[in-house]
Amino acid sequence: MKYLHLIKAALFRRKGRTILTLISITAAFLLFGMLDGVRQSFANAGQTAAGATRLQTGSRLSFIQPLPKALAPRIAAVDGVEEVTWANWFGGAYQEPSNQIFSFAIAPNYLDLYPEANVDPAARERFAETRTGLLVGKALADRFKWQVGDQIPLLSTIFPNSDGSKVWTFDIVGIMDSEDGFIAGSAFLHWEYFDESTPYNQGQVGWYVSRIGDVGAGDRIARDIDAISQNSAHETKTQTEAAATANWMKQIADIALIVTSIMGAVFFTLLLLTGNTMAQAVRERTSELAVLKTIGFPDRSVLFMVLAESVALILIGGVIGLGIAALLGPGVNAASGGVINMPPVSWSSWLLGLGIMVAIGLIVGALPALRAMRLNVVDALAGR
Amino acid sequence: MSNMIEIRYLSKVYQRGKQQVEVLHDVDLDVASGDFLALMGPSGSGKTTLLNLIGGLDAPTGGHITVGGERIDQLGAGALARWRAAYVGFIFQFYNLMPALSAQKNVELPLLLTKLNGAQRRKNAAIALQLVGLADRASHKPGELSGGQQQRVAIARAIVSDPELLVCDEPTGDLDRQSAEDVLALLEKLNKEHGKTIVMVTHDPRAAEHATHTLHLDKGTLVEQAAAEPAARAQRAPA
Repeated sequence: MKYLHLIKAALFRRKGRTILTLISITAAFLLFGMLDGVRQSFANAGQTAAGATRLQTGSRLSFIQPLPKALAPRIAAVDGVEEVTWANWFGGAYQEPSNQIFSFAIAPNYLDLYPEANVDPAARERFAETRTGLLVGKALADRFKWQVGDQIPLLSTIFPNSDGSKVWTFDIVGIMDSEDGFIAGSAFLHWEYFDESTPYNQGQVGWYVSRIGDVGAGDRIARDIDAISQNSAHETKTQTEAAATANWMKQIADIALIVTSIMGAVFFTLLLLTGNTMAQAVRERTSELAVLKTIGFPDRSVLFMVLAESVALILIGGVIGLGIAALLGPGVNAASGGVINMPPVSWSSWLLGLGIMVAIGLIVGALPALRAMRLNVVDALAGR
Repeated sequence: MSNMIEIRYLSKVYQRGKQQVEVLHDVDLDVASGDFLALMGPSGSGKTTLLNLIGGLDAPTGGHITVGGERIDQLGAGALARWRAAYVGFIFQFYNLMPALSAQKNVELPLLLTKLNGAQRRKNAAIALQLVGLADRASHKPGELSGGQQQRVAIARAIVSDPELLVCDEPTGDLDRQSAEDVLALLEKLNKEHGKTIVMVTHDPRAAEHATHTLHLDKGTLVEQAAAEPAARAQRAPA
């Protein structure tokens, strides 16, 4: 701590250069804060406490291949399965095809397996009584300023209804005030209404969800479920909800790979930039470092000071960047009225970010610090 | 009076490319405690090399150096750094102050290596600045001080940890006459009143007149050792 003023003085010796470098670091970690939130949202999809007790069964061929509804009672009969439900992808868009909505046709008991949807009993009762009822997530309702009682048209990108039109009309009967970001951005309609209205479905379901009592028996139960349709035309693949969601997300895009690639490029550039800044800063202070060593500062203290300076530089810029990202998310979400839904900067993002800051600081500072430590005092004082 | 510095058969050889250059050759030297020695000689004669060896900044190729009873030629890098921090104060031609730190913080630097707390460090630095006549400039940064004032801050930094030995490399080489005289008077005061042993490299005969002894080096060998002229000393003495 007693060297703190020396580190601060070294950092701000050239204010202009330090500020420009800090802006670069801040920009890099602002991007990291926003992108890591997206990555985590995708990575954590399906990994809820309730999700651990749910198995998802889909077609082994492809997630767009439907399964016969007749499988439901057979899956329910598997030892360890407590309850079975099902759903279909609906794929609706509101007003514009670009306003895509995660919308699903769900079985009557679907909400029993998803308590995190947080639908109040009155809304659930209205949903049960209304054939064209629609439950919408709060973020979605905020985005389009929907209210209970509104009648809205949704354009299905795949399924026509009974009159051959792809425009379906729904009555909003409840808002799902869920903390699960996925559900908060989704809409649920009745599977029976969907199945009876579209000529394309005819008693098929997109996937089954089974609630199991013993999480430890999950692998065995999954094997037993898949054994039901083994060697049939509709072989299934059963996996935990987290794994199923991850696979489903990966079929859209490997978000983790994309985010990691972008951040890798950003941090590599940052390494070169700050590495150059640190090398220049230490080179300019050769005689000052030589004086410190002359006075009696041990080599390891000089090494520590240069490393601390480097880590401090990255930490200051990085914390500002992550701080801005943390403030920016809620601000943008509120200002956009739900149109944009930026994920918050989580504690794990902060921890990962701080780890990256320290690592970059140490990598960037290592060479200049070693050079400072090995500085030959006599040569440095003579300007050689 | 005991010797502060004892040097025997000292030699120093530098490797310059493929060539070996012998900078010092078989130097023997005794400097008594409380002495003020001026080292003179032409450029390249080995003055600064000898000073660096005495100050423990460089290691000899041969011979041995004892300073304050310690064989410093036998110390490792870490021990030598600790020894320098405890026993030697350095004064350079170009002051070598930290430009981003105030005079007070510059003077405190050697005390960071001690166990003194912040308040004690500030107090000792203030005393050192008072001794060199710059108590009122404690908060000024080097860029806000004249050359003479900067050198006095450097002297305060050199004496703040109360070392027995001061090594000065051309301390007046970058100063005007008046500032040089002020600095030399201050060194003389530190020598006479505070008992500091001083070894000073200089090109300036007038600076050397402030020393109690002057030695001349030529081509790495000591060629002359003479007591300073008593008449010259009397001339400089205040009326």
